[in-house]
Amino acid sequence: MKIVVLMKQVPDTYGERRLDTQTGRVDRGSSEAIVDEISERALEVALRYKDSHKGTHVTVLTMGPASANAALRKGLSMGADAAIHVLDDALVGADMGQTAAVLAAALPRNEYDLVIAGNESTDGRGGAVPAMLAEHLNLPHLSFLDSVELSVGEVSGERVSEYGSLDVRAPLPAVVSITERAAEARFPNFKGIMTAKRKPLSVVSLAELGLGPAEALAGARSVVLCASARPARAAGTKIVDEGNAGEQLAEFLAANRLI
Amino acid sequence: MDFSPNPLHDDIRDSVRTLCKGFPDEYWMEHDESKEFPWEFYNAVAEGGWLGLTIPEEYGGGGLGVTEAAIVEQEIAASGAGMGGCSAVHIGIFGFEPIIHHGSKDLKDRFLKRVVTGELHTSFAVTEPDAGTDTTNISTFAKKVDGGYLISGQKVWITKAQEAERMLILARTSPRDPNGKRTAGMTLFFAEMDRSKVSIRPIPKMGRNAVDTNELFIDGLFVADEDVVGEVGHGFRAILGGLNAERVISANAALGIGKAALRRGVRYANEREVFGRPIGKNQGIAFQLAEAQIRLDAAEAVVQKAAWMVDNGIPCGREANAAKYLCAEAGFFAADVALQVHGGFGYGKEFHVERYFREARLMRIAPISQEMVLNYFSEHVLGLPRSY
Ligand SMILES: Cc1cc2nc3c(=O)[nH]c(=O)nc-3n(C[C@H](O)[C@H](O)[C@H](O)COP(=O)(O)OP(=O)(O)OC[C@H]3O[C@@H](n4cnc5c(N)ncnc54)[C@H](O)[C@@H]3O)c2cc1C
Repeated sequence: MKIVVLMKQVPDTYGERRLDTQTGRVDRGSSEAIVDEISERALEVALRYKDSHKGTHVTVLTMGPASANAALRKGLSMGADAAIHVLDDALVGADMGQTAAVLAAALPRNEYDLVIAGNESTDGRGGAVPAMLAEHLNLPHLSFLDSVELSVGEVSGERVSEYGSLDVRAPLPAVVSITERAAEARFPNFKGIMTAKRKPLSVVSLAELGLGPAEALAGARSVVLCASARPARAAGTKIVDEGNAGEQLAEFLAANRLI
Repeated sequence: MDFSPNPLHDDIRDSVRTLCKGFPDEYWMEHDESKEFPWEFYNAVAEGGWLGLTIPEEYGGGGLGVTEAAIVEQEIAASGAGMGGCSAVHIGIFGFEPIIHHGSKDLKDRFLKRVVTGELHTSFAVTEPDAGTDTTNISTFAKKVDGGYLISGQKVWITKAQEAERMLILARTSPRDPNGKRTAGMTLFFAEMDRSKVSIRPIPKMGRNAVDTNELFIDGLFVADEDVVGEVGHGFRAILGGLNAERVISANAALGIGKAALRRGVRYANEREVFGRPIGKNQGIAFQLAEAQIRLDAAEAVVQKAAWMVDNGIPCGREANAAKYLCAEAGFFAADVALQVHGGFGYGKEFHVERYFREARLMRIAPISQEMVLNYFSEHVLGLPRSY
């Protein structure tokens, strides 16, 4: 089984995250860059399968700035076998559509049975890249899986919706996205770090993928019209219980369409 | 000079930091109070493979140097684990230098693999009640008998003796010769901690209470000839080789505590509002924190240089001693500032800075006191007459 896991480097959620209001992009300088936790969980799903199935090959793939190299190294240290970094200055500010197109071009053609991604990254939170990627590859897509089962020729899992849960399955090759319930990620140990140094990590440019900047980035489908800082939080509503707090609470929730 | 980032070091730092996140300040406070050895933490560090870091690869270790061991201990301390965390694993990470460099192949074959897995707990027993800093004045004696030695005497401040299966122990095999070299006649042994011959009494102490430190009364402890480390009579040499490295690593632990304390100090200065504004708006508070950071940064520059010199085999008594001195001072200064910034809440236990303070204080005394570092500088760097 050959599995490709999409990894993304994002600003640390524990730090303060800022939007550059000039460009509408995430300000990567304002906090520490870390591997998005959901990517680590996606990798964990792949590694668990690899732990119990010898011969499984896991590749981690990222598109990102030079610093994203650290995310791939972490993936290799955790146990992935190979890494691919799509790095090109022309990709700065790429939107989801462009990202999906580039990732599709970077996937080693016919050399994977499954692509695993997180459902959405903690920075952009678009949550559409996996679906777009599946579309580019013309493959079935199972999204938002709380659990993933892999067998020869098939991937299945549980997808929870507002009203219940669905058991979904697709023939391989396929693209799946997972939620944070799918797996608790391991962290790299010393041996992992040392062996990672010997694993292949290839850096490829758009030209090497056979994409000209014009082709890859043609027709940005999303345009940021304006970006502004989040307004400061207003004081909340205080309900003092004088016998009818429950009623007031229900009214508040209903008025704000929360129930 | 090259200060560009080193991916291996970044990865080590990142991984140790993640491991330590599973052991928050509350864990260390509990263990400091209950005086229970932090087994969960120890096992996690062992499972992560970190104990074998400096052990040669042929024995299953990582074959890395002092620089990397120092990074691991600094990260552990900086997580808030402080000296409780470092002392729990220190000997496993870096206590086996005498055996690695001076031990027989047989000793290495028998023991090094078990260090890597975390099974083998050991102590390092040098200090004595009547010798203290004056190591060559130790009186614990090893008498030659058939097939080995019988050791009798007393040791004090021996860390982890409660858990230890063995100890590296320095003893005299011939009395100090008033006309000869003071360091001659001492031998290093890797002795079994045989409880029927060694009674171990924990010493109540100010801090770092998650890990025990003890008084040992040794009465006729047998050590086989095969368990002598290096040459008989030359035990001091077997220890000496690792001293600079030891200073560099303990200096990093001190820096780590300083960083943990400063992180809390800065957070509190931003959050605590008195007179209708964050206390960090007062320069009297801000400047203390800024100065603590500058002192930590300066100390770190010196200790990085010393680590690099150790790993490149360059003599560095001057740098390693200076690093130990500066880091111990900077770490303690930062802990003191953090406590001051927290006001009364710093004196309480809730914010953990009082624990950092107690542990940072230790680093000005052990593994070598600040005064002995100054003695080293006076004599060996400045060429002043030896005073003692
Ligand atoms: C928590 C803890 C854990 C320890 N763990 C270990 C361990 O695992 N194994 C081990 O072997 N040891 C251990 N030690 C011992 C430690 O290394 C010694 O405490 C330290 O080296 C100082 O020795 P001493 O306490 O006997 O002080 P002393 O030698 O009695 O010195 C007392 C004071 O006098 C000063 N002084 C002495 N001589 C001079 C001089 N000539 N000039 C100027 N000042 C001088 C010293 O600097 C010190 O301030 C530990 C100590 C502590 C506190």
